[in-house]
Amino acid sequence: MGFIDIEGIQIKGVSTVVPKQVVHNNNYELLSLAEREMLIKTTGIKQRRVANKNTTTSDLAIEAANHLFDKINWKRTEIDLLVFVTQSRDYYLPSTAVISQHKLGLSTTCIAFDIGLGCSGYVYGLSIIASILKSGNLKKAILLAGDVSTISCNYNDKSAYPLFGDAGSATFIEKTNKKNKWSFDLNSDGSGEDAIKITDGGTRNLPDENSFKLKQFEGGIQRNGFNLALNGIDIFNFSVTTIPKSIKNFLTIKETDFNTIDYFIMHQANLIMNETIRKKLKIELEKVPYSLTDYGNTSSASIPLTMALVENLMKNATKLLLSGFGVGLSWGNALLENDAIPHLLINDYSHD
Amino acid sequence: MNIQELIEKLEEEIEEVEQGTLLPSTNIRNIDWWSSMHALVIIAFVDIEYNVQVSGKDLKEIQTIQDLYDLIVKKS
Repeated sequence: MGFIDIEGIQIKGVSTVVPKQVVHNNNYELLSLAEREMLIKTTGIKQRRVANKNTTTSDLAIEAANHLFDKINWKRTEIDLLVFVTQSRDYYLPSTAVISQHKLGLSTTCIAFDIGLGCSGYVYGLSIIASILKSGNLKKAILLAGDVSTISCNYNDKSAYPLFGDAGSATFIEKTNKKNKWSFDLNSDGSGEDAIKITDGGTRNLPDENSFKLKQFEGGIQRNGFNLALNGIDIFNFSVTTIPKSIKNFLTIKETDFNTIDYFIMHQANLIMNETIRKKLKIELEKVPYSLTDYGNTSSASIPLTMALVENLMKNATKLLLSGFGVGLSWGNALLENDAIPHLLINDYSHD
Repeated sequence: MNIQELIEKLEEEIEEVEQGTLLPSTNIRNIDWWSSMHALVIIAFVDIEYNVQVSGKDLKEIQTIQDLYDLIVKKS
């Protein structure tokens, strides 16, 4: 269990851009009408935003950052650090963060690198940015996070296709002289590598003609080697057992009472899983916002997208408990004391 | 807990079930509305209600309500 404690780091703006195209789960023809209804009720996901084939995560996240630059009084040349959390990078190489440094017009003295994490990635990204800002002579940073997951999901895989939406986010983060505290609890368990996996296309299984062949799985599911495979039961059991335990342990060590937390913002996996976690932690529903109804599981963009729906974060200083968990397996929790966040934005992608 | 309590709670939890229709011998997989989503509903219910984790492997072996009850008792 890796704990990190840092003072004086503040989020100044959170911006998310989603594709314009809305896909409704009640139109998913692979399921009967009753099954569609059950799917929506259980997962909570009514609709999702789906990117065009030529739109990448960086297109969405860069536009999200540009929206914030329009609102906030920051110069592009002042940015010291750019971290891009994604599992759907533009190219095998170079790093998407470095390409984004140039596209955003940031200085060449800017530190830029990718982090290859999914659902836990936003919490990891915040912790890494906070740590670097605190230890170096750096002041301003941007965290880009998100995925275009729908390109990896096969329409004929009902266990994955209806769950995912696409989104790119940008979070502007600054080192200040304030005494507000951020704490992180970061964890990994690679023994669960098969719970969510794209098997082909990396160096372990180089892409070849077999990668494109559709394979049949239980329940009439079909997918190829480039498609995302998700073991719903395994990931469900991991999430509802490990996450409440790790959060309880984290808060005990940080001597923090649940009642002092204003909002518990979870990775948006699916409703039944998130609600099971919430009920086990006995946190009131009012403190647990959801974005999955309209956007689905948006991977590492799900926490910033959900934050942007909580208007109160713009009005008041708040204490947030964040929790990201999933693919890896990887999970991270954060306790963030933050002043009112002046800019919370959600916009449709302008080039669709 | 006895099996009748489990049945009553399951009937409350799963909308499609009419009260009084589930029996210990009911094979959940043969019910016409059964789907993988119901599996998640049951796993979530058992976790919250009895603090018992039903694994994917357990689930494959469960056929009847009695099997589910026996598993909960064994793992409690």
